[in-house]
Amino acid sequence: MTTAEFTAPHPRDPHHLGHRHAAHAHRAPGHGEGGPADKRIVVGYGFWIFLLSDIVMFSAFFAAFAVLERGTASGPTGADLFDMTNVAIETGCLLASSFTCGLASLAIAARRALWFHLAMAVTFLFGLAFVLLEMREFAGLVAEGAGPTRSAFLSAFFTLVGCHGLHVTCGLLWLLTMMAQVYAKGFRPHVLRRFLCFSLFWHALDIIWVALFTVVYLMGAMT
Amino acid sequence: MLFGKLSLQAIPFNQPIPMAASGIVVVVMIGVVSWIVFGGHLPYLWREWITSVDHKRIGVMYCLLALVMLLRGFADAIMMRSQQAVAFHSMGYLPPEHYNQIFSAHGTIMIFFGAMPFVIGLMNFAVPLQLGVRDVAFPTLNSVSFWLTATGALLVNISLLVGEFARTGWLPYPPLSEITYSPGVGVDYYLWAIQISGVGTLLTGVNFVTTILKVRAPGMGYLRMPMFCWTALAANLLIVAAFPVLTATLAMLTLDRYLGFHFFTNTAGGNMMMFMNLIWAWGHPEVYILVLPCFGIFSEVISTFSSKPLFGYRSMVVATLFICLVSFMVWLHHFFTMGAGGNVNAVFGIATSIIAVGTGVKIYNWLFTMYGGRVRFAVPMLWALGFLVTFTIGGMTGVLMAVPPADFLLHNSMFLVAHFHNVIIAGVLFGAFAGMEYWFPKAFGFRLDERWGKAAFWFAIVGFYVTFMPLYVVGLLGMTRRMQHYNVAAWYPWLIASAIGVVILAVGAVCQVVQLVVSIRNRTALDDVTGDPWDGRSLEWATPSPPPAFNFAVLPQVQDEEAYWTIKQTAREQARLRPEPEYRPIKMPRNSPTGFVCAFFATLMGFALIWHIWWLVAVGGVGAFATFVVFAWRDEEEYEIPAEEVARIDRANRSARREALVTYTGPRP
Repeated sequence: MTTAEFTAPHPRDPHHLGHRHAAHAHRAPGHGEGGPADKRIVVGYGFWIFLLSDIVMFSAFFAAFAVLERGTASGPTGADLFDMTNVAIETGCLLASSFTCGLASLAIAARRALWFHLAMAVTFLFGLAFVLLEMREFAGLVAEGAGPTRSAFLSAFFTLVGCHGLHVTCGLLWLLTMMAQVYAKGFRPHVLRRFLCFSLFWHALDIIWVALFTVVYLMGAMT
Repeated sequence: MLFGKLSLQAIPFNQPIPMAASGIVVVVMIGVVSWIVFGGHLPYLWREWITSVDHKRIGVMYCLLALVMLLRGFADAIMMRSQQAVAFHSMGYLPPEHYNQIFSAHGTIMIFFGAMPFVIGLMNFAVPLQLGVRDVAFPTLNSVSFWLTATGALLVNISLLVGEFARTGWLPYPPLSEITYSPGVGVDYYLWAIQISGVGTLLTGVNFVTTILKVRAPGMGYLRMPMFCWTALAANLLIVAAFPVLTATLAMLTLDRYLGFHFFTNTAGGNMMMFMNLIWAWGHPEVYILVLPCFGIFSEVISTFSSKPLFGYRSMVVATLFICLVSFMVWLHHFFTMGAGGNVNAVFGIATSIIAVGTGVKIYNWLFTMYGGRVRFAVPMLWALGFLVTFTIGGMTGVLMAVPPADFLLHNSMFLVAHFHNVIIAGVLFGAFAGMEYWFPKAFGFRLDERWGKAAFWFAIVGFYVTFMPLYVVGLLGMTRRMQHYNVAAWYPWLIASAIGVVILAVGAVCQVVQLVVSIRNRTALDDVTGDPWDGRSLEWATPSPPPAFNFAVLPQVQDEEAYWTIKQTAREQARLRPEPEYRPIKMPRNSPTGFVCAFFATLMGFALIWHIWWLVAVGGVGAFATFVVFAWRDEEEYEIPAEEVARIDRANRSARREALVTYTGPRP
């Protein structure tokens, strides 16, 4: 479209306030005046926004936990209940799964299907181990009478940690779907975009776990 | 076991009012569905609307849902006002347990299924057009959002016939909403309806933030976006930041009710005031989620109908973002009486007063936009003017209540009820109506009838004052909200006056419906040929009415703040359009039933969760997951519109505009 011969007679914004650098950085697609971003950027960006909203949801559960931590109703406290060895193994599993998820990203970047499936399978196993360990922990607590109905503290604990566990479980389901997609469809652009989202999701769960590990378990076991 | 808690006793055969009301609804629905099916309209409806991922179609469906739900909520309002008009020294005609459901349903429906869909619908329709692009960032997700919202609305309305609705008010405060004190399914209907539609709203927020920040026409820098896009951005940022808190809070209450947790119980260490804090940490941003886009609509309308650029565009942007930020710092003013202490109350009281400054800036900007302009008193402009006066009054009563000592007297009184109706009706409802009148010709290709529109406006604004000014008075006379009956003689005449006001409002609502019918009938006379019926200034008016699926044949190149105004003025001064662009084939996203199917399973699941039908919960969950896998497996995401088709549509519009250019005689009086 040629617009040079059609300069506006009375331009609004004659000094281009806030647009002085238009010639430089703001011309990239998706930035400033550069026009729509490409699909990969849009999808990744949108998923980031979603992850931020998810983190906001967790922050509400964290807040509830902080408020209710002392509401033990003369029942057990964190220091009485937490088995730090178990938590350490859980943390190891989750961090290792993030590493192998990173390997899967490298494999997908190199378009190596076998390595991709291998890395994803290992990621799945680490994730599954995490979920199973967490379920064992929960079952043990319920068995010793420290279930979520015992006190407000335990309600908040089970909800916060359980919500993360539920996310990991959904992630595992997504992971299997991803593997099936790569197997059935190969490295198509939309499959690649979806994997980008999956890996963001998986790493975000790690970030939440780090906060959880610190606030719930470490600080809980100390007091 | 098979039907959980559900049995025939859930249907209130012994209560004539809900039975009659739901009987009428069922008959009407059967009528509409059979007309659709037997009239052969189903394939069209399925292809063009239900499975559509076009932001314009989805926007229209949102607005339609909102209009229906506004009428539903208004029916509740009529019952409440008439009950209080007759319940002086008597029990009136609504028994307490029913009256409590009515005020709860009224608030829930009006906020979540009236105001929210209306505002989101208008954003859906207008934002991509104003940004000069072809659709939102995630079109299919948009359809999912809409249908999940519809699911929530459906569940709330099912509660009319099957079981009961919450009796706890529109926000289910514990401990009343806990299983001990609300053992029925009412609160569960509330929880699942809001959770499901809340997911839809959150996805809308994600979608629009991404769209506005990443998908704009070339040259459309942030400070060239129309004001409505800015306010939509602020509202959607608030959705992304606030709705997850609602989800978490309602999840906690759900766990309390279903699994015996102790978040908000008054035993075992629970803390019910935490619910108030959490719910209002969402609830206060929510009122700005509703009103900010309407501020954007007023900005567009006032500027267009004053034939002037918006005064103080940059200060408007700053004021919008200021409100967006500060809206998260005022939530405690909803419960100054909690006893957080003088200092805490003072901080939140001051923050509340300060947030009014942002709105004040906007009011002055709108006034200065009109000043010296050539103001045309079309229907959208009338709604905007009604808003300016009425909202300012409502804002002042709000600032009054921001003073904690005053609030201790006014808390939970009818004064508060009058205040928030004053700002929500004037801000959100008038804004949505202004937007509907303003963009209707763009959506359907013909204008709405002026006379009926003006009648609707005058009845609405007079009805508003007659209804709600008396409520301020009874509030000051000491009347608390949500009273089923009373015996204070001093209140009685004011409540009669208020009931008369509702009658006037009802006439306004009838005018609004008649306006739609009359306009559809006279659509040829009201035809909008050029696509620019109001002499508009932003890019949506550069498209034909209704716009083609792809919106713009070629993405516009934005040069300055009022993208379309510049293009149009250039054409006017040079007495010719821009040269014809080179047409290329356009790829658009395919229709998808994903949203509808997903909402179908969500409805099953929600209903099953309310009635503890666990096998059906599993069916719904598996079904929803399967829907997404099937969607993920599709091979062709897009279809192509050939260049000739694009050229045909664009040339037709260009020739209409060329004619308008020839007959152009200067700005309209």
